[in-house]
Amino acid sequence: MSLDDVLDIISALLVLVGAFLTLAAGVGLVRFPDALARLHAATKPQVLGLIAIVIAVAIEARSWQVLLTLIPVLLFQVLLAPIAAQMVGRAAYRTDNYRADLSLVDDLAADVERATSDAERANVDTDRTDRDDRA
Amino acid sequence: MSDGNGNGNGTVAVGSAVDAGDLHPSVPSDRRTYWEQAPLFVVLVILWMLLWGNISWLNLATGAVLAVVVMRFFYLPPIQLSGRTNPLWFVAFLGQFLFELTIASFQVAAQALLGRRDVKNSIIAVQLRTRSDIVLTLTAIAMSLMPGSYALDVDRRRSIIYFHALNTRDADGVQAVRDAALKTERMLVRAFGSSADLRSIR
Repeated sequence: MSLDDVLDIISALLVLVGAFLTLAAGVGLVRFPDALARLHAATKPQVLGLIAIVIAVAIEARSWQVLLTLIPVLLFQVLLAPIAAQMVGRAAYRTDNYRADLSLVDDLAADVERATSDAERANVDTDRTDRDDRA
Repeated sequence: MSDGNGNGNGTVAVGSAVDAGDLHPSVPSDRRTYWEQAPLFVVLVILWMLLWGNISWLNLATGAVLAVVVMRFFYLPPIQLSGRTNPLWFVAFLGQFLFELTIASFQVAAQALLGRRDVKNSIIAVQLRTRSDIVLTLTAIAMSLMPGSYALDVDRRRSIIYFHALNTRDADGVQAVRDAALKTERMLVRAFGSSADLRSIR
């Protein structure tokens, strides 16, 4: 078996792993109970699945030009998938699109509550000073 | 009466006096601002050349023009770099990160395919020790790809990240997420934190 055959087998296996992880991410999107849990599927298996496929492409192509194009693909996927998850998660949380009955601990609820009431109090204070100034 | 900071950062009263010095340095001069934007310029030009997949003078020139345009029209506040990096700790962090990403992916995949649907999840606030935006951001990103958690919300002023954790059965599971976040922060500070951050993690 030549080196090319070995590399072909490795990249084929990597594509299979990538396909499996991407499928599992898709199944997770359907099976997980609420939006916040679904974002776990959208981050980890999805990113590793893409990494596996990108490595497979790099092994098959074996050219600098392809490698240089693949690097930004990986970089952006790793950096931006968590940010996308955070944006979606934050929006879901703040619009109450999640199942509170599933949570064991929720440290965010109290802080959001306090931040909101602080902001409201601050606004009331400014209203009052405005009035005082005018009087 | 708008809350200019957005939702999470509307904590007008909390700790602002203490943090103000760290987060809002005195306004830099123009020359300093240009110098601080230089890394972004270089990264944008390199990215442009990577996207074209070859290195030529034409790519360099068009990349430079586009980088200036992008930086003019999509202005970002300059990032404060700590001025200190440790490549060895960074490599150690990358290795750890890839290892944990692999575990996390198969764990979530197994949970998705075989797990019960009514698992107990948690939203856990973790107080970090760093004051650096970069370490805070990278900790949130790294934790999002590590087992069990992703960053749901961030309180930049107080350096608190709120993680959503999948399948936390009890207080031990919650504590594990806290420990993992602090460990990730420690590795990142060792890789590129300031010396002040380095002292605070000891």
